[in-house]
Amino acid sequence: MFASLSAFESEALRLSLLVSLASLTLTVPAGMAVGYLLARGRFPGKWMLEAVVNLPLVLPPVVTGLVLLLVFGVNGPVGSVLRDTFGLTLAFSWMGAALAAAVMAFPLVVRPIRLAIESIDQGLEQAASTLGAPPWSVFAHITLPLALPGLIAGVLLGFARAFGEFGATVTFAGSIPGETQTLPVAIYTSLQRAQGEPAAVRLAILSIVVSILALVASEWLNRHVTRGRSAG
Amino acid sequence: MTIEFKLRVSRNDFEVEVACATDARVIALEGASGAGKTTILQGLAGLIPVAEARLVIDGRVVVDTAAGVSPPAHQRGIGFVFQDLRLFPHLTVAANIGFGARFVKSPISVDAALDLVDLNGFGTRWPRSLSGGEARRVAIARALCANPRILFLDEPLTGLDPARRDALTPYLRRLRDETHLPILLVSHDPRDMADLADVRIEVG
Repeated sequence: MFASLSAFESEALRLSLLVSLASLTLTVPAGMAVGYLLARGRFPGKWMLEAVVNLPLVLPPVVTGLVLLLVFGVNGPVGSVLRDTFGLTLAFSWMGAALAAAVMAFPLVVRPIRLAIESIDQGLEQAASTLGAPPWSVFAHITLPLALPGLIAGVLLGFARAFGEFGATVTFAGSIPGETQTLPVAIYTSLQRAQGEPAAVRLAILSIVVSILALVASEWLNRHVTRGRSAG
Repeated sequence: MTIEFKLRVSRNDFEVEVACATDARVIALEGASGAGKTTILQGLAGLIPVAEARLVIDGRVVVDTAAGVSPPAHQRGIGFVFQDLRLFPHLTVAANIGFGARFVKSPISVDAALDLVDLNGFGTRWPRSLSGGEARRVAIARALCANPRILFLDEPLTGLDPARRDALTPYLRRLRDETHLPILLVSHDPRDMADLADVRIEVG
């Protein structure tokens, strides 16, 4: 089946992978920072940060896309600055699709990371500091490895959410073949055509295969990083 | 060898204060549970906020908040063996013991530390697979490996049944006699410390 992918299909697959992986480069570092802040930080307005992070979970995706369009669109406050200083236009480009996917996936990346950091015994970090480890080393050698299962879960959820993103993507980035027409968008587009159903089913199977591969990869990684820890 | 320390911690409804200057090398802090013995160790080690802390070993100031000397925990060189051990679950025994080696100037080798607590061959084991007594010896070896200026032992014999307690006591004695490190140890049971400590201080 993969050998016989049409140009339309392989283009949608390539684009979906590009967009979801690009979105991870935004969500994972930011998710680590925000997850750590929410798990450990004590500051006024924490509940507001939490609410903003979780907003894309409760908003209709189309509304999120519209907000992105208003803010990052060519005439939006951020979009116009990006265009004038960097010559960068996010709306209706693959980078815009990645941004939309990142925003939608962000709460799902933050949550498992936050939970993992919350569950770490801070006594272990204290022990590391009494052994001479400065704060950054404590984070790198203790906090991060112990939070790794949560980080992996965040990466998987973030990838899956970004890979399946439709509403915000279509609203902010449109459905341009080869530029923003990701797998979900291509499935929808196919269904709009007469006799488009078989094409949509083929694309759907492709999505399922990628999703299962992602699940298997994360499961394998998770086992790999927790080896020894849970052994009796 | 002279050791001088002083600590004052006060939180809402809890206050502990202790001061001592001695030429003994092994000092035991005794007192009932809840008297604040562990708080004293944590305060001197820089793990909790304190009102005042001072620790001077042979004239070398480790911490003296009154004089504005208050380095962070990782710069104090205090080897802390916690009551709950706190072995790193994601690292092997050897990696646990060697953890501090990369941060300090002249670490003790992992093999030497394993040897001191009679755990040769345990390097590749995981903390989860150790018995209570073995885990305690690993925690001691880990603290030693970072070549500390002083060793803090928080209830080193608590929670062990009499047989395990008898098995661990020789290692503590060996620690005392072979490392020549000053030791500040805490116990709620005076019997534990009778034959280990040079001097005993009542807390609370």
